[in-house]
Amino acid sequence: MMNPENYLILSALLFAIGAVGVLVRRNALVAFMCVELMLNACNLAFVAGSHITGVLDGQVVAFFVMVVAAAEVVVGLAIIVSIYKTRRSTSVDDANLLKL
Amino acid sequence: MILFETIAEPVVATGMFTWAWTMIAVPAVVAGVLLLAGKLSDAWGHLLATAAVLWSFAIAVCLFGHQLFADAGSRAVVAPLYSWFSVGEWSFEVGLLVDQLSILFAMLITGVGSLIHIYSIGYMAHDERRRRFFAYLNLFIAAMLLLVLANNYLVLFVGWEGVGLASFLLISFWQHKPSAAAAGTKAFVMNRVGDLGMLAAIASMLAMFGSSSFTDVNAGAHGLAPQWATMIGLFLLLAACGKSAQVPLQAWLLDAMEGPTPVSALIHAATMVTAGVYLVVRSHAVFETSPAAQLAVVVVATVTLLAGAWIGTSQDDIKKVLAGSTMSQIGYMMLAAGIGPAGYAFAIFHLLTHGFFKANMFLGAGSVMHGMNDDVNMRHYGALSTAMKWTFGTFAMGYLAIIGFPLFAGYFSKDHIIEAAFAQNTFIGICALIGAGITAFYMTRLMLMTFFGEKRWQPGVHPHESPRVMTIPLVILAVASVVSGLVMNNWIQEWLEPAVGNHAHEVSLVPTPVGMATMGIVAAGVVISYLVFGRGSIPVKAPATNNPITLAGRNVLFGDQVNDALFVTPATAVAAAVDATDARGIDKAADSSADAFAGLSTQVRRLETGYVRSYALTMLGGVLFVGVVLILSQLG
Repeated sequence: MMNPENYLILSALLFAIGAVGVLVRRNALVAFMCVELMLNACNLAFVAGSHITGVLDGQVVAFFVMVVAAAEVVVGLAIIVSIYKTRRSTSVDDANLLKL
Repeated sequence: MILFETIAEPVVATGMFTWAWTMIAVPAVVAGVLLLAGKLSDAWGHLLATAAVLWSFAIAVCLFGHQLFADAGSRAVVAPLYSWFSVGEWSFEVGLLVDQLSILFAMLITGVGSLIHIYSIGYMAHDERRRRFFAYLNLFIAAMLLLVLANNYLVLFVGWEGVGLASFLLISFWQHKPSAAAAGTKAFVMNRVGDLGMLAAIASMLAMFGSSSFTDVNAGAHGLAPQWATMIGLFLLLAACGKSAQVPLQAWLLDAMEGPTPVSALIHAATMVTAGVYLVVRSHAVFETSPAAQLAVVVVATVTLLAGAWIGTSQDDIKKVLAGSTMSQIGYMMLAAGIGPAGYAFAIFHLLTHGFFKANMFLGAGSVMHGMNDDVNMRHYGALSTAMKWTFGTFAMGYLAIIGFPLFAGYFSKDHIIEAAFAQNTFIGICALIGAGITAFYMTRLMLMTFFGEKRWQPGVHPHESPRVMTIPLVILAVASVVSGLVMNNWIQEWLEPAVGNHAHEVSLVPTPVGMATMGIVAAGVVISYLVFGRGSIPVKAPATNNPITLAGRNVLFGDQVNDALFVTPATAVAAAVDATDARGIDKAADSSADAFAGLSTQVRRLETGYVRSYALTMLGGVLFVGVVLILSQLG
């Protein structure tokens, strides 16, 4: 059987990729997908933890995270679409109206 | 000092005297009605106002008649009205004191006031704000009556301020003229300086006697330490200087001629300027305790009587000549009041006769202006004796009275003052004598320039006699100017003795040596004036001159310039300095600290880029930092 710690390493890698994506990509959609990646990395970590400790709590939390992710997609995509409608751009750098 | 014991305690009012308060209340209420009713009362307002003053006059005459036939001990009557307020151990009552002194004032104020009201019906007939004018006149009469009828200094002060307010309203009545508005303000401000003295005097009295009533002050004054008496006396003198236009607070009087002429007659003959004399005579016990304060009164009075006469000699404005003359005559009254018990009765005597003949001449001047299209420059007059016979005739009576022509009113009253001055001090006496000569000089000049000589009328001016409603008051006042001296000469000293504690002197109709000298000086003044102004023609424009005496007279002895240099300029400089401190010090400090914060915030604002990614990086950094700290602390 594979060492379960590998899952945690993979999870950390996926999370890091997602975080870097959020930080460096200007396209809101890509940044959004990176957020999803980070969420799923978390899920992976939860499930791996559950497997390691033998307690089902981690798997339950993973379901909650999925629900949150689904809700986030709905709200997030709606925001991105409406920004695109008004500003004809999905670049996050263009959405800087709050700056003085 | 024995005299004080002879002053009878006033008895409490009964019968007719309980009506005394209506003398004040009726004009005051009518003034309020006229001001509140507005245009509704335009048609009958002036009649109501005149009726109100006539009511006060009727009450005053009835009370006077009552006193005349009462025995000497029960003439002074006090009518308590109500308790005003009390503070600690001091309580202030509002009450009226109707004694021998105040009833004479009340009759003068309401009598001359009634005539001026009647005259104003004609004089102000074409003024669209006539109703308001009459309301102010009534307010003035009410305030003045409160001043003279009050039985303590605090209530007197209410009337005193009321007179100041009413005079401000009346002097600046033609407020569309900037000069009139400025003159009203000037009179008001200069009177405030005097009021300061009055307030200080009242405060000192409260501290010394615990009461401000005339009875307590006069009873307590001769037990007072001289320095305190001097202090109160000087405060009272300052107050009197403000109201009575004595040097150094004289500058407002001539400017106050900007008001309608009946106002000048009211303020400068019968009422306001006499308040100072009233105050000094009323406070006689204080001044008798302090020779220094008395001396100050005498000096101020002597300076004023000469200064006023000096101004009178070189003004071309008929009303300003009369104003200078008022200053000078009030100076005589103050002189008599300052001399002490020998002079009180003469001060009041001259005040009464002056009230008649000066009101007569002011109203006469108003009548002349009425016929000359409101021109006041005497150089534009001349030969009016034929055009305005009634005005000329009545004015001539006033003229003879003021110069002291034998058997006219001023002959008796002024002569007594000059004699009393000689008895006091030869130098003061000579000054008073010279003043009489100058009076004769400038009044003759006024008569010659106005009523005699050739016509110097401006084009389009057609002098005409004024309507009856204006000439009848003139006739009444002219009669009073002739007879009042003779009527009161023997009587007034004895009458006033219980109220003001004067010594009765034997007065006779046969002139004393001083009286002869006065007549001689007056005759000389008339003759010199005739030689200068009566023979040649009068230039229509005032000739340019380098004569310092004339220049000083024309410029009202540089009173305004002195005030400017001594008070206005320093005050303006202080105000400018305060303004600069405010703008460059306090404002600057507040502004620059605000600027500093604003600049700092501009720098801090640069941190906010508006890029979501950079915020995310910050968050990530924060999370990593917290995580590292937690892990390190777990390891430790």
